[in-house]
Amino acid sequence: MTAADASNSGTTLIDALLSASAAGIIELLSPYPPGWGGALLVGLLHSIEIALGATCLGLLIGTGGAYGKLYGGPVVRDLLAVYTTIVRAVPELVLILLLYYAGTDLINQALTAMGYQRVDISGLAAGIAVLGFVQGAYSTEVIRGAILAIPQGQIEAARAYGMSPGLLLRRITLPAMLPFAIPGLANLWLIATKDTALLAVVGFYELALATRQAAGVTKAYFTFFFAAGVLYLLLSLFSNLIIGRIEAWSRRGMPSLKEAR
Amino acid sequence: MMAQSAVPVLKHTAQDGAAEAIHVENLHKRFGELHVLKGVSLSARDGEVIAIIGGSGSGKSTLLRCINCLENPTSGIIRVNGEEIKLRADSHGHTVPADRKQIERIRSKLGMVFQNFNLWSHMTLIENVIEVPVHVLGVQHDVAIREAEKLLARVGLAEKRDVYPAYLSGGQQQRAAIARALAINPRVMLFDEPTSALDPELVGEVLKVIGDLAREGRTMVLVTHEMKFAREVATHVVYLYNGLVEEEGPPEQIFGAPRSERLKQFIRNVG
Repeated sequence: MTAADASNSGTTLIDALLSASAAGIIELLSPYPPGWGGALLVGLLHSIEIALGATCLGLLIGTGGAYGKLYGGPVVRDLLAVYTTIVRAVPELVLILLLYYAGTDLINQALTAMGYQRVDISGLAAGIAVLGFVQGAYSTEVIRGAILAIPQGQIEAARAYGMSPGLLLRRITLPAMLPFAIPGLANLWLIATKDTALLAVVGFYELALATRQAAGVTKAYFTFFFAAGVLYLLLSLFSNLIIGRIEAWSRRGMPSLKEAR
Repeated sequence: MMAQSAVPVLKHTAQDGAAEAIHVENLHKRFGELHVLKGVSLSARDGEVIAIIGGSGSGKSTLLRCINCLENPTSGIIRVNGEEIKLRADSHGHTVPADRKQIERIRSKLGMVFQNFNLWSHMTLIENVIEVPVHVLGVQHDVAIREAEKLLARVGLAEKRDVYPAYLSGGQQQRAAIARALAINPRVMLFDEPTSALDPELVGEVLKVIGDLAREGRTMVLVTHEMKFAREVATHVVYLYNGLVEEEGPPEQIFGAPRSERLKQFIRNVG
């Protein structure tokens, strides 16, 4: 065997291996069985559902919490301080385990005590509730800071013209605080998309769990975790695009920094 | 500084029988230990222009802000349009409006213009002007738009209807704020040092708008540092010193023949 022959057969081997693995990867990631791509996409969809639900719930809690902290009575303020402190002090994984198992157990105990049947709480609802509860604590602080950043004269003008508290919140406070809140809230959204992976520990079928199953069955760990990473990345990039638009819209009344430079 | 000073002013004087639009009686206001208003009384009948003057810290802005309860008075009586504002003590002993609906109704009849304009930054000028008519007073959107366009044209800002406040000069913002106040068809206009935050060359354009309103017989209460302007447009001048009315009367008397030593000195200092 000459040296040229050896090198020739070497490259052929690598080529063959590469093409085989490329074909194999495509087959593994194919959206149709026996490929696992479909399972991954279903997992991603569930992750997005949870992240959306949790963020919306978090925004509701956050708006209420910020208002309570700023304008509420001493009892409301203390309760909210306890809520934000504890939620932000305990690791999210621990909170998820605690709220998911203890929460569903509590609900069922309460139901049986009142003479009702035990219910199966859907993973989706539980996931949204748990992550939303966590998000709410962080949103409270982001929104509180944003409300404090509104020039107070604008709130005062609204009061001086006879706006009721509800109208003032809807027409003035929320739109005026948005440009100050968007960067913080965008962070929270991106964290929420990734936090959905924590729900794998309670057996909720989202992207991380789908990836683990696919990888475990096929032993193609690198392929699937890399694919999941790409999916998370795409979700983040797409989110940035949308957030950029929302931010530009929310800052419509503000001269851009570029012009001021 | 004021372009319109050469124009002879035809003052719209209130008839003796004119209804009292604003009545303030024995008003006290404390901020903690600080006793800002120590029993001030004030009255504005329809068509009157009341100018409140006084040094810094004399309580003139606080007095104006008590009229629509932006500051809650510690004690005293405030009647707007003959209706007394109901006040009560809260759990901390602070006086607060007893009836939120009443205070909101009264506020929506008082057109307030602030020192720092306080236009809503996320709304264009036309949106700022129609906001209260549409959302507080329930005026139809297209009707409000037509009215707002007229008002913006009147203060010389017709071309700026779709511009956000941050892109305008202080004088333009203040004129837009006056249009916003006029849009509610206010019973009384309240001006809280409307030219104090403006560059000197922008003061004239704002004073001209306010002067026009005074000449057409709008009822106004005006806190101001512009003595020349107060003399021209006011029907009645109130000089506050240290939380009390030191002297009041028609502008000719206040500026021409002040009796109080403090007022004499004040006029010398600012004039």
